[in-house]
Amino acid sequence: MDLNLPPGFPARNVPNFQPFIGPLVLLIFVLVTLSTAFYQVEPDEMGVVQRFGRYVRSTPPGLRMKAPLGIETSLNVKVTHVFKEEFGFRTIQPGVRTFYEGRDGNPLLFSRSTGGERRQRRNVWSSEGNPFLDESLMLTGDLNTAVVEWIVQYRVKDPVQFAFRIRNIGETIRNMSEAVMRLVVGDHTLNEVLTSGREEIRKRVEKELQEVLDSYGVGVEILNVVLQDVNPPDEVKPSFNEVNEARQEKEKSINQAWEEYNRVVPKAKGEAEKTIREAEGYALDRVNRAKGDADKFLLVWEAYRQAPEVTRQRIYLETLRGVLPELKEKIFIDESQKGIVPLLHLNEKRETASQS
Amino acid sequence: MKTTLAPALIIFLAVGGLVVLHSAYIVNETEQVVITQFGEPVGPPVREAGLHWKTPFIQQVNTLDKRILEWDGYPSEIPTKDKKFIWVDVTARWRIADPLKFLQTMRHETNAQSRLDDILDGVTRDHITRYEAPEIVRNSNRILEVEVKEEDISAEETFEKVSVGRNTITRQILEQARKIVADYGIELVDLRIKRLNYIESVQRRVYERMISERKRAAEKLRSEGQAIRAEIDGQKERELKRITSEAYRKAQELKGKADAEATGIYAAAYSKDPEFYRFLTTLESYREGLKDSRLLLSTESDYLTYLKSIKERKLT
Repeated sequence: MDLNLPPGFPARNVPNFQPFIGPLVLLIFVLVTLSTAFYQVEPDEMGVVQRFGRYVRSTPPGLRMKAPLGIETSLNVKVTHVFKEEFGFRTIQPGVRTFYEGRDGNPLLFSRSTGGERRQRRNVWSSEGNPFLDESLMLTGDLNTAVVEWIVQYRVKDPVQFAFRIRNIGETIRNMSEAVMRLVVGDHTLNEVLTSGREEIRKRVEKELQEVLDSYGVGVEILNVVLQDVNPPDEVKPSFNEVNEARQEKEKSINQAWEEYNRVVPKAKGEAEKTIREAEGYALDRVNRAKGDADKFLLVWEAYRQAPEVTRQRIYLETLRGVLPELKEKIFIDESQKGIVPLLHLNEKRETASQS
Repeated sequence: MKTTLAPALIIFLAVGGLVVLHSAYIVNETEQVVITQFGEPVGPPVREAGLHWKTPFIQQVNTLDKRILEWDGYPSEIPTKDKKFIWVDVTARWRIADPLKFLQTMRHETNAQSRLDDILDGVTRDHITRYEAPEIVRNSNRILEVEVKEEDISAEETFEKVSVGRNTITRQILEQARKIVADYGIELVDLRIKRLNYIESVQRRVYERMISERKRAAEKLRSEGQAIRAEIDGQKERELKRITSEAYRKAQELKGKADAEATGIYAAAYSKDPEFYRFLTTLESYREGLKDSRLLLSTESDYLTYLKSIKERKLT
């Protein structure tokens, strides 16, 4: 409807704005219409459009049009972005070097805004050392306690479900991650949690958390559950280290024993070999000498048999000739003068000789 | 005439707009609406999102959330059947399933939250006290089948068989709470034990137990090491004795054989003429044996025969 007043209305002292009011209103109307008719969806987003509050369509990235003036509203959901929740610690400043909070008692520099803080929660276990110990302290199946730190990465699978099915999805993922993690850890021994069972626990949490979220129909896909530091509680850590040390010690003493074994036994083997070789040498020596002596004897005997008398004489005399000069004292006694023998003072003389 | 028409038109439009504004209402996908007329609910609740109409001015729109909502309990100290005190922290998800009933009984969400506190805490307590600690911690008997590592010693009591398990217990809590909250138009979507821990004094005892277990394990490892070491030492000693004795035996055998052979050889040679052998060897031994000694020789001896007379003598 034309709201313009007819022209020709007499203008006196006051300048006549009336002709401009109509076009101005129209202009504003057009501008508002245009500005609300377009919306932009960023590359990592998906546009969700509602007409009078009712979901009508989803749109891919780009500049899009919708019905203006609040008839249709759009909501951008980050669909390719990977969201991360941390349990038992918080990354304060991701970057070249990642600073962690909660591990060394750094002050709280990062606060999450979770809508679920409807009341002050009482921290039962968090000590001054780690303000997030409440999240990570849990009971294992053998009723021991472990400190498990982990992260959950997730992505929006269905932007429509994500936008409309649940309020405060982040807190839900946090709560359910904790519940599922404790359920799974409760079915493992402390030893498994600390060592061999990590991968299995990780996979089971991933699977069960996805099942829980699927049962809510909230359009979230769990990409990854990653176990970070898994430790016994600080109070018992030293004794765990002691076990490790004892294990090292055990290995060490076994190694030392083998080292000693390997040092001594081959040496003994060598010595044994030496003994045997020496015995062999002795045997050769003995036999060869025997053969030599025998041969020599036989040869001499052969020759002797040719002229026994002379040879006997010769050998006898040659021997005596050799022996006599070597004697210290030679006393010749006539058979007929045997009586002088007692006068020789054999012992006495020997003593004086040795004394001089 | 036109000048009097224009203001009337404007007034008409304004009134019309106001009527439309008060009779139309938008329901978002995340919401559901109950229409009340002077406080009294009219018609079925509107759960469908979109543009809806009502009687203007006298009817009122009561918007409630349609989404899954959270409930997070206080950690509460509950004794188990085996008289262990544990902290139990339960979390739940719920939605307003019957907006009409909800509006009549709860009015506000905050009201509902505190009612849920009472109900869920109570039901949880009821169920937890009915079971022993391992039943609540464990979900299955899986760990009983886990191969226990050598140094992994744990107290016997920790390996009791579980007959119910955590999932079933939470399911029981959920079922019972579900029945109760249904009266308030609330549907309990899920309920889970979020955190579970011993109270501090018990925890300290658990730590002490863990420490003593570890110490025992460490001691066991050490003594195992010593045992193996002793075993290796023993093996070493045995090996040494074996090696040296075997070598000795072999050496003696070799020497004996050689001696025997030598003896055989000597015997074979000397038995040809034992007398000559004796003669030769005896004379030989004179060379060595008589050195530096004193010899009394009779002039009757063969050697001195010619000293007394140069008579020719017959060889005997």
